[in-house]
Amino acid sequence: MTDPVLRVENLSKSFGALKASNDISLDLRPGEIHALIGPNGAGKSTLIKQISGSLKPDTGRIEALGRDITALDTVARARLGLGRTFQISSLAMEFSVLQNVVLGALGARGKAYGLFRNVMKDKALLTTAQEALKRVGLQEAAQQRTSDLSHGQRRQLEVAVALTLKPRLFLMDEPMAGLGASGSKDLTAFLDSLRHEAPILLVEHDMDAVFALADRISVLVYGEVIATGSADEIRNNPEVRRAYLGEEDLA
Amino acid sequence: MALLLVPLMAWKMDEPFLITLATKVTILALAGVGLNIALGLGGLVSLGHAAFFGIGGYAMGILASHAQNYEPLFSWPFLFEGSNQMPLIWLVAVLASAAAALVIGALSLRTSGVYFIMITLAFGQMLYYFTISWSAYGGEDGLSIWVRNEMPGVNTLDPIQFFAVTFVILCLTLWFAARVAQSAFGLALSAARQSEERVETVGLAPFKLRLIAFVISGAITGLAGALFADLMRFVSPTMLSWHTSGEIMIFVILGGVGRLYGPVVGAAVYILLEHLLGGISEYWQIFLGLLLLGMVLFARGGLIGALLGREVAHD
Repeated sequence: MTDPVLRVENLSKSFGALKASNDISLDLRPGEIHALIGPNGAGKSTLIKQISGSLKPDTGRIEALGRDITALDTVARARLGLGRTFQISSLAMEFSVLQNVVLGALGARGKAYGLFRNVMKDKALLTTAQEALKRVGLQEAAQQRTSDLSHGQRRQLEVAVALTLKPRLFLMDEPMAGLGASGSKDLTAFLDSLRHEAPILLVEHDMDAVFALADRISVLVYGEVIATGSADEIRNNPEVRRAYLGEEDLA
Repeated sequence: MALLLVPLMAWKMDEPFLITLATKVTILALAGVGLNIALGLGGLVSLGHAAFFGIGGYAMGILASHAQNYEPLFSWPFLFEGSNQMPLIWLVAVLASAAAALVIGALSLRTSGVYFIMITLAFGQMLYYFTISWSAYGGEDGLSIWVRNEMPGVNTLDPIQFFAVTFVILCLTLWFAARVAQSAFGLALSAARQSEERVETVGLAPFKLRLIAFVISGAITGLAGALFADLMRFVSPTMLSWHTSGEIMIFVILGGVGRLYGPVVGAAVYILLEHLLGGISEYWQIFLGLLLLGMVLFARGGLIGALLGREVAHD
């Protein structure tokens, strides 16, 4: 079997007495979508933050693309090929949609120290940016101000910016949140095709999407992974049903 | 472009005082343009820009005082007697304030928000008290330079010619600032102001971007300091006091944070108010305070924002 693209080993993180991550181990294999589900407050976002580099774990290690990245900061991890989308949009709200994607393209280039040339006339950057917008279906909105976008469109833009980075793996924190039924269907189809470009670690509340997309699912409850397996295995796992799915009804 | 008109009229009418006033506006606007790169584009609220303004001023004062007293500044590795040549003074002022900005920025930019304001203020005050106790260059009394420094091809003693020099520098700097705002660096810096997380996630380091912005900003304000000292023919620790930092910031806020011409409008209004209201009452700053309060409460885009409407911001 091929080596996993991302491997998280025995990760723990506490905030005071609260164990937000308790000895978590999981991995992401090439070409797969690995979904991370769990009730609110289970520590999903804390885990994503540790993987992306904005939080340091107390113990444990993280390996991506064959390298130990535990000590690297967010910038270094992004350069290595981690593409992240946020639960709460962290776009540059005053920018136009296009400017946000150009920023991504600029990041992919790795340097932003040109002081004189107009960045919005840089052909190479614009091409990359417009391609990414087209792929998520936002090309019509390119000139709109980002703060005028709907929540759903902001999610699409988050994904578009991540695409410009040509990442080797994606970390997506609730990309479906705020999308209408048709929007989330479109994005589901898109992510389905995206997994062959780069595998996706997907945190998502939309169970239809999760069960439609995920090759494997990990269930996080109180900072612990209580089960990992295929959609069917998770559906039929008694512990998961008790802890989580049972309350909500099966998807 | 009233800034160009006023001194020209004054020149025709032979009113050197008005020309001097316009020169003062031009130079202070230049200091504001410098701060605006850090504050407007980078979101760095620096309350220590008086330090760079003062360093520029002292660069001029030290070079020119040695030249006027025929005391060599240093004799090794070569004999250097100071200078009264503006281009050289400007170069020294820019390099010295850029170096100071690099050190101050590298230390302060590890903090953010209120801490950044306080630490830049602290550095400013440190240099302020240093100049007060620096007896070799006048200490608290400052340094007087009897004759304005020279520039090849220009008679700097003629007010309108000196004004022209400062005006050209301001225009070039505005052009530079406009280019920077549209550049790749400007885009990334502006994004870092709006969302630090965003910039990190695309693999760019906000610290580096901000440090570069801080250095450019300090260098421009330093150049303004050198010109200001030449206008007054006097350098003193007052240039480094935190009131000066506050004034420069008021220019930017009054005109419009992040607006290219914001500091120019802000400095012009400030000096005009000082001149007009100062004649009516010693406590003219109470009116300035009211105006500033009004701007901050009702017109966040500053005077330019209020006049043009807010939608055109950051274009």
